[in-house]
Amino acid sequence: MKTKIIVLLICYFPLIMAVFIPAVAVSAQQPTPSDDEMNAIARQLYCPVCENTPLDVCPTTACHQWRELIRQMLAEGKSEAEIKQYFVDYYGARVLSEPPITGINWLVYIVPPVTFLAGVYLLFRAFQIWKRMAKEPEMGVDKSDSPRKVPESSKRSGSAEDGKYVVRLEEELKKRK
Amino acid sequence: MLAQFGIGMFLLTFLLALFSVGAAVAGYFSKSDRWVEAARRSMLLIFPLITVAALTLIYLLVTGHYEIEYVYSVTSNDMPFYLKVTALWGGQAGSLVLWSWLMSAFASAVTLRKWERDRELLPWVIVVTSVTLAFFLSLTILYENPFARWWQTTAGDFVPRMFAPAGAVAITPMDGQGLNPLLRHPGMIVHPPMLYLGFVAFVIPYAFAIAALVTGHSDDRWIRLTRRWTLVAWVFLSIGLVLGMRWAYDVLGWGGYWAWDPVETASLMPWLTGTAFLHSVMIQEKRGMFKQWNMLLIILTYALVIFGTFLTRSGVFSSVHAFSQSAIGPMFFAFIGITFVTSLALLIYRWKDLRAEVEMRSLFSREAFFLLNNLLFMGVLIVCFWGVIFPLISELVTGQKVTVGPPFYQRANGPLFGALMAIMGIAPLTAWGRSTAGTLGRMLWKPAIPSLLTTVILLFLGMRNWIALIGFTLVAFVIFVTIYEFWSGGRSREKKVKENFLVALWQLVGRNRRRYGGYLIHLSMVVMAIGILGIEVYRTTTQKTLAVGEDIQIAGYTLRYNSLAQFPSTDGRFVTRANMSVFRDGKLLGNLYPRYDYYPTSGQMMTVAGVRSTLADDLYVVLVNWENVSLIQAPFKVYHNPLINWLWIGSLMFIFGFLVAAWPDREKEKREE
Amino acid sequence: MLQEPDNALAPKRGVPIWAQILVWIGLLGLLGLLAAGLLNAKNPILAVGSPVPDFTLTLFSGYEYNGAPEVKLSDLSGKVVVINFWASWCQPCASEAPDVEAAWRSIEGTDQAIFLGVDYVDTEPEAREYMTNFNLSYPNGPDMGGRNSQNFNRNMGVPETYIIDQNGILRFIQIGPFQSVAKILAIIDPLVAGR
Repeated sequence: MKTKIIVLLICYFPLIMAVFIPAVAVSAQQPTPSDDEMNAIARQLYCPVCENTPLDVCPTTACHQWRELIRQMLAEGKSEAEIKQYFVDYYGARVLSEPPITGINWLVYIVPPVTFLAGVYLLFRAFQIWKRMAKEPEMGVDKSDSPRKVPESSKRSGSAEDGKYVVRLEEELKKRK
Repeated sequence: MLAQFGIGMFLLTFLLALFSVGAAVAGYFSKSDRWVEAARRSMLLIFPLITVAALTLIYLLVTGHYEIEYVYSVTSNDMPFYLKVTALWGGQAGSLVLWSWLMSAFASAVTLRKWERDRELLPWVIVVTSVTLAFFLSLTILYENPFARWWQTTAGDFVPRMFAPAGAVAITPMDGQGLNPLLRHPGMIVHPPMLYLGFVAFVIPYAFAIAALVTGHSDDRWIRLTRRWTLVAWVFLSIGLVLGMRWAYDVLGWGGYWAWDPVETASLMPWLTGTAFLHSVMIQEKRGMFKQWNMLLIILTYALVIFGTFLTRSGVFSSVHAFSQSAIGPMFFAFIGITFVTSLALLIYRWKDLRAEVEMRSLFSREAFFLLNNLLFMGVLIVCFWGVIFPLISELVTGQKVTVGPPFYQRANGPLFGALMAIMGIAPLTAWGRSTAGTLGRMLWKPAIPSLLTTVILLFLGMRNWIALIGFTLVAFVIFVTIYEFWSGGRSREKKVKENFLVALWQLVGRNRRRYGGYLIHLSMVVMAIGILGIEVYRTTTQKTLAVGEDIQIAGYTLRYNSLAQFPSTDGRFVTRANMSVFRDGKLLGNLYPRYDYYPTSGQMMTVAGVRSTLADDLYVVLVNWENVSLIQAPFKVYHNPLINWLWIGSLMFIFGFLVAAWPDREKEKREE
Repeated sequence: MLQEPDNALAPKRGVPIWAQILVWIGLLGLLGLLAAGLLNAKNPILAVGSPVPDFTLTLFSGYEYNGAPEVKLSDLSGKVVVINFWASWCQPCASEAPDVEAAWRSIEGTDQAIFLGVDYVDTEPEAREYMTNFNLSYPNGPDMGGRNSQNFNRNMGVPETYIIDQNGILRFIQIGPFQSVAKILAIIDPLVAGR
């Protein structure tokens, strides 16, 4: 009788251990490709249905499916560009974090630099005009490099030429809006 | 009963606001002081009445009157007291009430000042503030009534109405939906009020500007009168933005502080023009220049405040932030149309009276750098505005929805902000008026050398990313310039007045509060830049599913998953919490408890990250609740955010800098009067 | 009192006309944009009674229509078209799917109507599982690029069903699942009969 019990215990020992110490026996299965590889791409995409939520942090079931799709495509050997193109084909351009350069989208990238450069140009012209205005009645004034305060009492008469430059200045200031 | 009283108060204040406008206009044109005084008193009366109405709403919120639709939608029995109070601004209707409340408070504060010297401006200041106030009150009364209650119609539908629909029965739910879990955070308590304070405070300089335009005053009295208001508005808006960043960082679960979401960007835009304005008015005060440009800037700031508020609430722009779509869109559109057109027309009409005084002698003078500052801020504004507007254009023109996201903004704004940092360093070294490359160069080399030394040290320490190198060099540059300014100022005073250096420094700062407060604010900005550079350039992240006892590694840290606990908490949440140990080089640094809370009343889930914060970095762990979590294994996402805490430290610093800059200097002000 | 700096004073000139025109055009443009945006947001759904814009639905492999792997709406004139938007991750879609299929089976023989299924923002493996589970025999295709759904509802949700008459006019919109086969047929039969 005793022997039977001992034999039973020995036979079932591994099973008993497995039940009581699962932490040691079980280890989490790591998917391949890994979460990090999948997230590297998911991070650059936006959830096709939610508002402005990147795909790697979107909590919905649908997003889970999309992330798994990315993982599967990576396992198939697809490149990042191919995966992104697939998403654009299936779900539209809104899944990208920036508009692709198609149709009128090139405007997104052109307008800010052009406007900024226009502003720079206007500012530059304005400077030139102001400097000319400031210099003209002061021909012959010492232009040494020493910093000194602007004489408060310098008066200036508005000559006709001054007027013309200032008109252009004001026009350009307005253009800057 | 209380509900009818509440809406009655709002109706009364709306009528008073209209009366203020009429009386002020009448008083101005008929040159009657009595009418203007009537307008002023009527405006003053609004604030206590709105306070009563708002307190009524708060009372209803706190005592759980769920028959009121707004109370039902933002509170529930399980919410703690303080959250029920702050739920006032948890929904659209209540947040509009907060807007009106703050607007009337500021308008009253402005009307309470001494007006003897500026009696001409008073009527129009009243008009502008009252019109704005009346607009927001009209939204509350007509579209977003916070006192509407639940009725069940004969058809069986539940509708919220102020007055009973025919044959409907009044309903009182037993419990409310409760506040969105994402909003149950200390940041929730302060972020919206701060932001609104900033928005509302910018209405005051705008009101004075319009008053100056209408009355034909072309001097800069209006700027001097609103100097402190502008600074106050700026600091509240800045605090509001930073709180939003902190809240997003803590609560959104992806360890980021800014997503360039349209609503976020919309609240940044008035800050950009407001900061440009803050600087540009200094030139007008010192050199009499740019009167037209300053008018334009403050009009733009007000326009962007209204536009930003519209954007958040109209349903036209898609955003995670946006309040649910409502009928107030068209009202906002009408208001925007009227105010933009009127402001612009006034400015054009008075353009020639704002005489341009053209004393700009040198490209290297301080005025020139202030202009450059404005140009750069406008550059960032164009990028932000265009990025927000473009998806709308794309959808309307091509029918295709596009996302303009972080890469666009970062690529465009990065260099612009970098240039602004450079100017923050160079401008204090320039002189007003005459200055040449030579004089500036002579000033520059002193802080430039240690800055370049910093670059070399960073290179030596292994930093290779050129964005980080340039960024940190500029940060160092501004720090050295600031130290130099304080040092040389203190030293020269010490020598001249024969005071102890520290006393000299104190006196120096005390007598030039705006300048040195400004330097402190610049310093705090680059400290914030340290945090931003750290997280943007050097952040890493990893995700892994762990079984109990397994590790995840990132940036030299090892995190071990110890256990998972699930339990209900005292206020009805069901909590799933993981216990993790953090190791570095084999040494245990501490434990983290990332968790997510499930709110049964609303069925919503909120992730709370476990964060280990040091000056060097944040270790930010999220228990990923949207993948499979079981007692055996759980997925974790870990973010390593280097230097992020300097962002928050910097923001505390700018509050201090503001206090220095804005602290009243009675003697100086008396001298200027 | 404020000391006016005695610098060059520009002569008083107003804003030049061309600048004014530019600025007003810009402002009116912005207002127009916002107005259009508001109108857009208010009416996201195609109105009943309006003609449905033509579209091409590329079908999942395994489905075909008249031997072709795609269907064009214009080719279907003369028949009543029932377009059902669904997704595999959508629970209510699963609840109505058997009814939709049954309705199709009952009307298939008459050749007077055609059912089309559009899979809205979904992934193919899960979609296939859904279609196999419910034995969907009518033509189904993915909503490529989101273009088809945008024609019907800019804020598309699932399930939604759009019923178009023989002349290409939208006659009925169902937001949410159908409760029964009878309800579906109750809409289709009158249209088929020409009413």
